[in-house]
Amino acid sequence: MVKAAGTFGRSGSHDYILLRASSVVIFLFTLFMIGFFASTANVTYEIWSGLFSNLWMKVFTLLTLTAVLIHGWIGIWQVLTDYVKATGVRAFIQFLFSVGLIVVWLAGLFVLWGV
Amino acid sequence: MKKYTFSVYRYNPDVDNAPHMKEYTLEVEDNQDLMVLEALIKLKEKDPTLSFRRSCREGVCGSDGMSINGKNGLACITHLSSLKSDKIVIRPLPGLPVIRDLIVDMSQFYQQYEKIKPYLINDDKTPPARERLQSPEERAKLDGLYECILCACCSTSCPSFWWNPDKFVGPAGLLHAYRFLIDSRDTATEERLDELDDAFSVFRCHGIMNCVNVCPKGLNPTKAIGHIKSMLLSRAV
Ligand code: SF4
Ligand code: SF4
Ligand code: FES
Repeated sequence: MVKAAGTFGRSGSHDYILLRASSVVIFLFTLFMIGFFASTANVTYEIWSGLFSNLWMKVFTLLTLTAVLIHGWIGIWQVLTDYVKATGVRAFIQFLFSVGLIVVWLAGLFVLWGV
Repeated sequence: MKKYTFSVYRYNPDVDNAPHMKEYTLEVEDNQDLMVLEALIKLKEKDPTLSFRRSCREGVCGSDGMSINGKNGLACITHLSSLKSDKIVIRPLPGLPVIRDLIVDMSQFYQQYEKIKPYLINDDKTPPARERLQSPEERAKLDGLYECILCACCSTSCPSFWWNPDKFVGPAGLLHAYRFLIDSRDTATEERLDELDDAFSVFRCHGIMNCVNVCPKGLNPTKAIGHIKSMLLSRAV
């Protein structure tokens, strides 16, 4: 029986709230990026690194990466518990995705650190 | 005379290695319309090995849920004319183990129903002498919920139930769960919600609404599930 193990949240409603909240953050970041590219005709290295040197932008980006981590973790777990019935295989795929998501988050952290 | 071709799922585990579809033809008078169940009974007169469940033959008992041209419904209240086709494909309800032909093993469906404790719980130490009264408004909240006949058409059309029939309660069970959650006479609301607040029981419903699409009683399990989610979420925040 797969119960809470593997999920990010403590309960079904906790998972649900995390999923919705993280999707709002990802949506806002996407909107911001679309706005940035639409309003900036020529994105040079200076403009791009200037944007990410702002503290608020670093926080916003890291927040979004955290949202991606949470959203991806729960989402993948939900899809896998629907479609992959063999526990070992499911655990292995979940492991790959979870490690991948953490790697993305850490990579983002160090990139932002360096700007 | 109008001629119908029936393609019916046949499987008798005692003699068949694998399920197969069997073709039948049936002639119906031009001015006559049959229910799918009546047609099946006529086919059974010709081929007595054909097996299916039925009882009330008027949409009350919930025995003859089956997949008719790809959509779950009760054979006894589905007119042949409503199918708009002279080719009719009949299969057992999807997702449940087949016992024989159109007869499925409903155990998993009933286990989920049992899980939600489908009875009134009231811890009142001094029960009223005659009856527990409800105002007309309180009683009205049960409309659209109590009418369910447990035919399983909804749960067996729900992908979330197909993938996790042992963990997701399914639309029928959740409709009943909500029926007791909002009953003014039931005092176990918190305990009931506790038992539903895992990642599967309620939250595996992703609002696909297949259940609403097929319910032969015109009920709306998705709406009831939405209410349960709101109750769970308002406790969580
Ligand atoms: S709305 Fe929910 S219960 Fe109904 S079919 Fe969809 S997932 Fe299943
Ligand atoms: S909700 Fe409708 S489809 Fe589902 S079991 Fe009840 S009567 Fe049948
Ligand atoms: S035979 Fe009772 S519902 Fe169809």
